[in-house]
Amino acid sequence: MKRIRVLMFGWEFPPMNNGGLGTACYGLTKALAKNNIDILFVMPRMSGQHPNFMKLISLNFATIFINSPIREYITSSSYQKNIDEPCNSIYGKNLFEEVYRYSQKARLIASSYDFDIIHAHDWLTFQAGVIAKEVSGKPLVLHVHSIEYDRTGGNGSNSYVENIEKDSMNKADCVIAVSNYTKSKIIENYHINENKIEVIHNSIDIEEYKIKEISELKKQNKIVLFLGRVTLQKGPEYFVYSAAKVLKHRDSILFIITGDGDMLNKMVSLSASLGISDKVLFPGFLRGDSLKKMYKMADLFVMPSVSEPFGLTALEAISNNVPVIISKQSGVSEVLNHCLKINFWDIDEMSNKIISVLDHSSLHNCLSENSHKEVSKMNWNSSANKCITIYNKLLNPQN
Amino acid sequence: MVSTCFYFQVHQPHRLRNYQVFEIGNNHNYFDESKNEQVIRKVIQKCYLPANNLILDLINKHDGHFKVSYSITGTILEQFEKYAPEVIDSFKVLSKTGCVDFLDETYYHSLAFLYSKEEFKKQILLHNKKMQQLFNVSPKIFRNTELIYNNDLAKFISSLGYKGIIAEGAKHILEWRSPNYVYKPKDTDMKLLLKNYQLSDDIAFRFGEASWKEYPLNAPKFAQWVNSINGDGYIVNLFMDYETFGEHQWKDKGIFEFLKSLPNYILANPDNNFITPTEALKIPAVGELDFPYPVSWADIERDVSAWIGNEMQKDALQKLYSLESQIMSSNNYELIKDWRALQTSDHFYYMCTKWFADGDVHKYFNPFDSPYDAFINFMNVLNDIKIRTKEVKESKMASKLLDNVPDQNAFWVCDGKILKNLYDLAKAFKEMSDDTYGYHANLQKNDFACWVGDIIKDKKLVNDILRSRSRQQAAKAVEKRIKELA
Repeated sequence: MKRIRVLMFGWEFPPMNNGGLGTACYGLTKALAKNNIDILFVMPRMSGQHPNFMKLISLNFATIFINSPIREYITSSSYQKNIDEPCNSIYGKNLFEEVYRYSQKARLIASSYDFDIIHAHDWLTFQAGVIAKEVSGKPLVLHVHSIEYDRTGGNGSNSYVENIEKDSMNKADCVIAVSNYTKSKIIENYHINENKIEVIHNSIDIEEYKIKEISELKKQNKIVLFLGRVTLQKGPEYFVYSAAKVLKHRDSILFIITGDGDMLNKMVSLSASLGISDKVLFPGFLRGDSLKKMYKMADLFVMPSVSEPFGLTALEAISNNVPVIISKQSGVSEVLNHCLKINFWDIDEMSNKIISVLDHSSLHNCLSENSHKEVSKMNWNSSANKCITIYNKLLNPQN
Repeated sequence: MVSTCFYFQVHQPHRLRNYQVFEIGNNHNYFDESKNEQVIRKVIQKCYLPANNLILDLINKHDGHFKVSYSITGTILEQFEKYAPEVIDSFKVLSKTGCVDFLDETYYHSLAFLYSKEEFKKQILLHNKKMQQLFNVSPKIFRNTELIYNNDLAKFISSLGYKGIIAEGAKHILEWRSPNYVYKPKDTDMKLLLKNYQLSDDIAFRFGEASWKEYPLNAPKFAQWVNSINGDGYIVNLFMDYETFGEHQWKDKGIFEFLKSLPNYILANPDNNFITPTEALKIPAVGELDFPYPVSWADIERDVSAWIGNEMQKDALQKLYSLESQIMSSNNYELIKDWRALQTSDHFYYMCTKWFADGDVHKYFNPFDSPYDAFINFMNVLNDIKIRTKEVKESKMASKLLDNVPDQNAFWVCDGKILKNLYDLAKAFKEMSDDTYGYHANLQKNDFACWVGDIIKDKKLVNDILRSRSRQQAAKAVEKRIKELA
């Protein structure tokens, strides 16, 4: 059988990723490659800082880099800040110009390479995907890891981004959503034909997240972990309010907010004003082994996202035997049973559950064991297989 | 001759409301009254009343040849009494037909047998009393919660005077033997009736299952299965939840029509009849059965893992029963009642985590989002009960501090007064002269403080007396303490 060749547009890849998107692209492409899919992966970034990068995807996987400062999770205003720094001065004036530049490169790539199908991840590359389809006439798959509604919590959505998302999805042959939650949000916000949207849940290869080290902090305190971008979407303020409530009733607990984002300073001052700054730590953005160690030292992981298309961090925590409390407004809650679920705004219930997990070792152990068992059964291979089924359907529509 | 023996389990728990950790110590209302009322009213309409009416009709129609038996828990009887006394009346009418047998079990549908024999016995007696009070019967047959059974249970139940006991006809115990005979529990003189789980579950679980090869099940077919036992057994024990009729199996699937026509088809064969468990006692036992480990009627495992399978369940049960002696010695009726309502097995069933194989049933009946939520809620309530127990104990100890001391330990004041308790001391401080006070309390010693410390054993008051600079201050200290303790 002829191997399927995929032209894939993405923009971040571990270890230089800023969030779950890069992790998901890595997991999916690695599993696709294992299943004899040839992938031509287009990245907007230079490769200078990724020593491991080529090794990771060396098999049947070629990469093209487009020089551009676009990164995932960038908003128009934070892009402006980056651009003002001198070293970036060669680039376009604003984010949208960059997205345009990236998509124009797609025209060249699409006409220079041979491929069967186009697969683009999230809005920054959607236009590139659409142009590649126009140039080549090949079917287009758009993979939605989040939409503008998620990133802004429904407030102050950027209509330019919304238009890109909506137009591209209308032009796509298939839209992949990372959860039923995201599928319903796509239908709700963009009225895309529901029959065109397939759900492929993200997954995890559990072995990649194990580490043995134990930190000193853990020996002294119970640790409750928040890990993610410190932005409105991830609900960090609910975590801080809950920390204050828990600390009124229990001591010797540390709350750690790991990650970076536009709400970080606000969270630091919020903890100060609630009088708990000594109990809330902000180690910043972590990757690689430090990230794994952070998971490892936690007694409990909390993901209070306001709107979470998937939420891979919950699965990463579980890989390290850490029980999780997750927001019901998340995609991962569709595939995870052995966990505690809350409404992100319900600070009382979040605190009730945090205290209970820390108080009762039997609860902690049951959650940790059963969720680990549950997540161990997941792997990217099944997600990749669903993806291949979609490719085949698009390539052989008569079957 | 094949005798069909029906026993229906009638039970609803007192479900807990959402109870957060912050309420511990502040709120002693644990039960979701509105949910409990809503459930019981729904099941009364769908099952209890229509099923009772149908069974009464069948008894009348068949001239007393149709018979059934019930085990009704105390927790559901309490709810009937509170929300729908007409259901109790309807059971009373059934009981007067003489064709209905009642069984005994633990009042609270508890797992007490596995944790405390003493509490187990008390709950059986409570249930027996309730049966006498409501239906004027004293059951001779016992069934344990969820048919949990082993040799020890049989011996214990026999010692309480019961004549018969019921168990699951578990394959791994019976091996080559048939459940369609009467047996004897190991080392007792009782009779043992075993559930024919094949035929029972055909009605209870598979009746409405469209993917089942025998679907749809009708009365002639079922009667044929019963007939085929002739020659290989005397009795077919059909034991199931009463909610099978109209609640687990829906009316529109024909479960009531099935029950309505079943006696006709079974009695059409003159070799068949219906009997109650008490009547089954007359059937001679064919042998003794050894149940070394607990067997139940739940899930595919037929063991106790649905209630005591994971660490949370074990933790919750162990902590619950560890309170027993303190709770019982509190003599506090409300506290004991709440503690017992927490023993109902349903609370532990909700914490069961083996969802994925045979867990559908668990999820369907769970009022909580997950077994973990069930555990959290339960432990919060249990911790409040713990605090109440401690408070009751402390207030009892406090009132003891006010009691009279034995005569030989009385305080002899140098002015001739004899003090036997703190009231006497307060009065004496007010009345005695400063000289008398100074004789006992000075820079070298304080006899009052020694007496309060050594005899009354109230450390707090000792400090207050030692700190007093005058007779008046000492009097005030004692009066204040009496107010605290009284």
